[in-house]
Amino acid sequence: MKSIKALSLAVALSASLAAVPASTPAVASDAAGAEAHFEYERQLWSFGGFSGKFDKAQLQRGFQVYKEVCGNCHGMKRINFRNLVQPGGPEFPEDAVKALAASWPNKPLAEPNDEGAITDKKGNLLTRTPLLSDPMLGPYRNDKEARAAQNGALPPDLSVMARARDLHNGGFWPYHVGKMVRDIAIGYQEGGADYIYNLLVNYKDVPPHFKMADGMNYNPAFPGSQIAMVPPLSKENFVKYQDGKGSLEENARDVAAFIAWASDPTLNQRKAMGWQVLLYLLITSILLYVGKKRVWADKH
Amino acid sequence: MSGHSTYEPKSNTAKWFDERLPLARLVHDSFVAFPTPRNLNYMWTFGGILSLCLVAQIVTGIILAMHYVPNDTMAFDSVQHIKRDVNYGWLIQPMHAVGASMFFIAVYLHIFRGLYYGSYKAPREILWILGVFIFLAMMATGFLGYTLPWGQMSFWGATVITNLFSSLDGVIPGLGTAIVTWLWGGFSVGNATLNRFFSLHYLLPFVIAGLVILHVWALHVVGQNNPTGLEIKQPSDGVPMYPYAITKDLFAIFVFLIPFAYFIFFMPDYLGHADNYIEANPLVTPPHIVPEWYFLPFYAILRAIPSKLGGVIAMISAIIVLLFIPWLDTSRVRSAKYRPIFKMFFWYFVFTCFALGYLGSMPAEQPYIFWAQFFTASYFAFFLLVMPIVGIIETPKLLPRSITEAVLGKGHGGGGQVPAGAATGPEKR
Repeated sequence: MKSIKALSLAVALSASLAAVPASTPAVASDAAGAEAHFEYERQLWSFGGFSGKFDKAQLQRGFQVYKEVCGNCHGMKRINFRNLVQPGGPEFPEDAVKALAASWPNKPLAEPNDEGAITDKKGNLLTRTPLLSDPMLGPYRNDKEARAAQNGALPPDLSVMARARDLHNGGFWPYHVGKMVRDIAIGYQEGGADYIYNLLVNYKDVPPHFKMADGMNYNPAFPGSQIAMVPPLSKENFVKYQDGKGSLEENARDVAAFIAWASDPTLNQRKAMGWQVLLYLLITSILLYVGKKRVWADKH
Repeated sequence: MSGHSTYEPKSNTAKWFDERLPLARLVHDSFVAFPTPRNLNYMWTFGGILSLCLVAQIVTGIILAMHYVPNDTMAFDSVQHIKRDVNYGWLIQPMHAVGASMFFIAVYLHIFRGLYYGSYKAPREILWILGVFIFLAMMATGFLGYTLPWGQMSFWGATVITNLFSSLDGVIPGLGTAIVTWLWGGFSVGNATLNRFFSLHYLLPFVIAGLVILHVWALHVVGQNNPTGLEIKQPSDGVPMYPYAITKDLFAIFVFLIPFAYFIFFMPDYLGHADNYIEANPLVTPPHIVPEWYFLPFYAILRAIPSKLGGVIAMISAIIVLLFIPWLDTSRVRSAKYRPIFKMFFWYFVFTCFALGYLGSMPAEQPYIFWAQFFTASYFAFFLLVMPIVGIIETPKLLPRSITEAVLGKGHGGGGQVPAGAATGPEKR
């Protein structure tokens, strides 16, 4: 008990000390300040939480958005066409994906032909039709070609994007610590998907007095608020799904889910097994505790 | 503790072996009949837990090494390949990555337990020092391993930490730069660096295993400390390791595996950094370079000192100081349970470590720098001021006469007369 008292005293003491410099204006840079003020809106994801799994229909819609919009600039080189068929993903029929691969506009390079040439007579690189085992390539052969076509900006590959982004915990330290504890308790692991969603729906008019660099777009969800990517979707200009419906928000959510799947294609399997493992550990722990109590019965 | 062996071979074969290689006798004496204090609490189960962590890291690591490619153009993709295409790679890879974090959680609890109960005091100095060496080797292994996925944090973490040696340029001009170039195997972190880091990352766990054997050996010579800090003086103070300690350790291991599995299956990325899913790019520096969480307190100390060389010295000293605490602590009472003043300072020290961890994750700007300096001072004050001074001025509480009395109450378990007081501590000096 005493030690707990001492601890709480130490905590209270430090908290009161910490409050002093924290209440004086922070000397954070402007860019960092603008970044910190943006409140990301967390979405309810089917794959979030402990029992979460990907929604097949959502992934199919998300793939449509990727193919019609994102895919014009961004590749997904770590996703092979076969992945679109596998369980736990969009689960398109195999024949449809074979046809999709065959008609994919970005072809892989072919092996040198029988004469050892890698180009045809006109000097074009030899290509071949993609198979199920081939990656979903983007439109550019390399980063330099991409930059040349994109005004110097590089559209990053999207295949691990949802794991490569996160929402940043910030603010005064008790808030930071509280958020950390809450995220662990609810198993929050969808920061990347939430970031992508927020980025896609937060293209806004440039606020007055905000200095923009040439060719940049204003988006407060992006660190520094200036992003080279032009708004891929908007309230007026969005992808219509097969049922004729759709909206900016739906498109953004669906494609974020699709990218989250591409980044973590074994999530369904992992979470399903997680329950079994936790249950096994819990039951075994209880049995071991009972056994230990019996062994120690005469020693306390 | 290493008394007369109670092993008796049960068959002729066992007898034949025992006369030639008494391995079964060693195991029997060390892990079956070995007397453990009967009053150990659950903080004493981390030895078993840490052994499990080491074995788990080695096993998962060997499997990962079968699929991983230590090449700067292929490393990142090979990790993705493991997670996506290798059978159960999605399980083995997070087991190893989360396992590193769990290993450090366990080792920090183990170290805090040693500090609280005075497990570093005579006759356990060598045992403690071996533990500090294991901790150092673990830190090196963790750092090297974090480089291997070749993400942005891998690359820039390796750059920042290896660059610390360049601060030696302030001592002898050119020396630091020469050492850094030698470590990198080139003029920047690159393929040569990745190759040697992989090689060393594979080597060091076996060095740790060797140190662990020495650590356990030293433990079995001097015996375990316990919450009273008294030695085992009579048979009723101890219980044989099997089945008593073993059943308890096994239960603790399974409880420990629950959060372990929770992170592996539900939050495999939480303990890492999102930037490490961006392939290493020497041309783009991440906005905030932060090490893995288990290095954050030391990173805060490094950045708290305004000079680079000073920061490096402070950071290294923060670990090296641990080697000297058997002699810095002047109290002859081991356990903080009987040391009211030391106990308060101990909990403040725990808070200091958490505060430094938080500050290490924050950008190097005010007010964080001020608080990092404040808590760095607190950190060193605990070892250099509190340990020597409190031991002299503090009046410890009355100690029980024996472990048996501590468990069963007064009137049990005799033992010698041990009056309270710093001048007449329980252990012989």
